[in-house]
Amino acid sequence: MSTIVFIDTRGEKLPKAAQETVTYASKLAGGPVTAVTFGGAAGLESLGAQGAGKVIVARDVTAVDGQQLTKLVLDVASKEGANTIVCVHDGTGKAVAPRLAAKLKAAHVAGAIGMPEGDKFKRNVFSGKAQAWLQVTSPNKVISLMPNSIPVGKDGGSASVEDYHGDLGPVRITVKEVRKAGGGVPLPEAELVVSAGRGMKGPENWGMVEELAKELGAATACSRPVADMHWRPHHEHVGQTGVAIRPNLYIAIGISGAIQHLAGVNQSKVICVINNDPEAPFFKAADYGIVGDAFQVLPQLIEAAKKLNAER
Amino acid sequence: MVRTFAARTSVPVKILVLLSQVPDTTARIAFTDGNTKFDANGVTFIVNPYDEWYALVRALELKEAAGAGSVTTITVGGADTEATIRKGLAIGADDAVRVDVQPTEALQVAEQIAAYAKDKGFDLIMAGKETIDHNGGQVGGMVAELLDLPYVALASKLDVASGKATIERDVPGGVEVVEVALPMVLSAAKGMAEQRIPNMRGIMAARTKPLTVVPPAATDNVAHTASFELPPAKGAVKMIPADDAGKLIEMLHTEAKVI
Ligand SMILES: Cc1cc2nc3c(=O)[nH]c(=O)nc-3n(C[C@H](O)[C@H](O)[C@H](O)COP(=O)(O)OP(=O)(O)OC[C@H]3O[C@@H](n4cnc5c(N)ncnc54)[C@H](O)[C@@H]3O)c2cc1C
Ligand SMILES: Nc1ncnc2c1ncn2[C@@H]1O[C@H](COP(=O)(O)O)[C@@H](O)[C@H]1O
Repeated sequence: MSTIVFIDTRGEKLPKAAQETVTYASKLAGGPVTAVTFGGAAGLESLGAQGAGKVIVARDVTAVDGQQLTKLVLDVASKEGANTIVCVHDGTGKAVAPRLAAKLKAAHVAGAIGMPEGDKFKRNVFSGKAQAWLQVTSPNKVISLMPNSIPVGKDGGSASVEDYHGDLGPVRITVKEVRKAGGGVPLPEAELVVSAGRGMKGPENWGMVEELAKELGAATACSRPVADMHWRPHHEHVGQTGVAIRPNLYIAIGISGAIQHLAGVNQSKVICVINNDPEAPFFKAADYGIVGDAFQVLPQLIEAAKKLNAER
Repeated sequence: MVRTFAARTSVPVKILVLLSQVPDTTARIAFTDGNTKFDANGVTFIVNPYDEWYALVRALELKEAAGAGSVTTITVGGADTEATIRKGLAIGADDAVRVDVQPTEALQVAEQIAAYAKDKGFDLIMAGKETIDHNGGQVGGMVAELLDLPYVALASKLDVASGKATIERDVPGGVEVVEVALPMVLSAAKGMAEQRIPNMRGIMAARTKPLTVVPPAATDNVAHTASFELPPAKGAVKMIPADDAGKLIEMLHTEAKVI
């Protein structure tokens, strides 16, 4: 039995999470895998570098309709004789992976965070406060991989690309409108994140936060009250009830470090905390800390980041 | 007789809300039995925030706007979940169903819910975005597949009119507005509604609202949690003086090597 990988390539570029997931699938299979996708960004053949032997692309599918995409993946899986399907644990994966699992009577590992040990897969539970090893006992498996869980592979060659021609049935979810929320780095994929909380006092002070993020090439995030007060857009809210992220670097400015906030960010590799209260609970979860006023510290950080950029 | 719908802005819908029970957001996370079981000792259990704040409240708002329809909750769990189920009734659900079996895994839960819902004619089945203990975000999509219904994950707004749902869903870098004919399944995320605190009348009424216990159906056994782990403890935090804050950037570059 073999492994296939399903990814969303509707953007202009191949998403990093898709490249990670192809890498993961080919490591799992121990060789080249077939990738099935829709949209079809430029450079699909380059997925060969991550271990895709062949890429099958449904170019006419432009929106996420879980039933159509499930049909697409199942069709390719049956042609390839695959019993393992790997996808990204993102919005598209969340619309399709549970359906695939229900159809195939397969275990769905939602948000694997590394390679398995045998049929045991590690994933985050309790909002990142713990991890669980899920023992899969079904012959079919559906695994969705958490973004930023493994490095992107670079060793393979070039993949062959074929168009998919099959009947995917009616569209039952019609897209009426798409509203883009500014450019910048999408938060769940970001490797570097600059985040700020109520300590920033008001939305008019976010210029500094954005400037630091820009200098570092980081995404911006915020605590829940900041989004609730509409100082920042809702999609920036991180934590237990917001987005859960695991970047390489998380800089938290004027955020107290409530347990519900930590739940969404404690998987970050390096955490820096800037807070004027030395007793702020966030320092306990930090690797680097500065006790000081954000309005004095931020300009120094921006200046240092500019200097570093000038030297590189 | 000619019936006219012209004046109606919304129509009554029959809604099923999937309600799960989870440890309180501040609960201490610890394990027993050689790290194979969650230590529930001293832990308060609550309704999963996404199920309560967003799915249930929006379901009630739709019913109120239409002046008719119904909101039923369903929970897969033992008798220990009845207090949280009553909370859903106190907030305003009409009735509740409990499938009498311990939840072990997402597909098992979804198969129980699908088995109950399949011949009840629900127009709308609403799950939460994810449970805050299991964090799967799986059950809604699985129920949809088992019932052959469309499913929209991560819905942040929902309106229902003339047999159709209009939904905003979160997508990378923005939102998409989609339209789906009922019946359908969705998972509710932040933005769909505002939390409601049950009042005394609601709490009193909840005591006598129907809570039906149904026996479990046969389900597939595809996976189980073998063990849990707590993340390794952080090393000591390195403090940098505020008047030399630029040093942090230097250390992140040369020492931590993340920038
Ligand atoms: C069920 C539930 C779910 C929740 N989910 C989330 C979630 O997902 N995400 C989330 O973030 N929160 C969540 N919360 C809220 C959480 O409990 C906290 O209330 C919230 O994280 C606090 O945000 P904050 O740190 O920005 O604000 P505060 O707690 O007000 O902290 C502000 C901090 O800024 C510091 N400060 C003030 N002035 C300055 C200055 N000039 N310079 C430097 N520092 C300064 C203060 O010392 C303080 O530590 C949830 C709560 C509940 C009950
Ligand atoms: N035991 C359960 N009983 C009823 N509904 C559940 C149960 N577990 C999960 N759900 C629903 O499915 C959603 C997603 O759960 P999960 O897949 O566990 O993240 C939750 O927000 C609930 O709406």
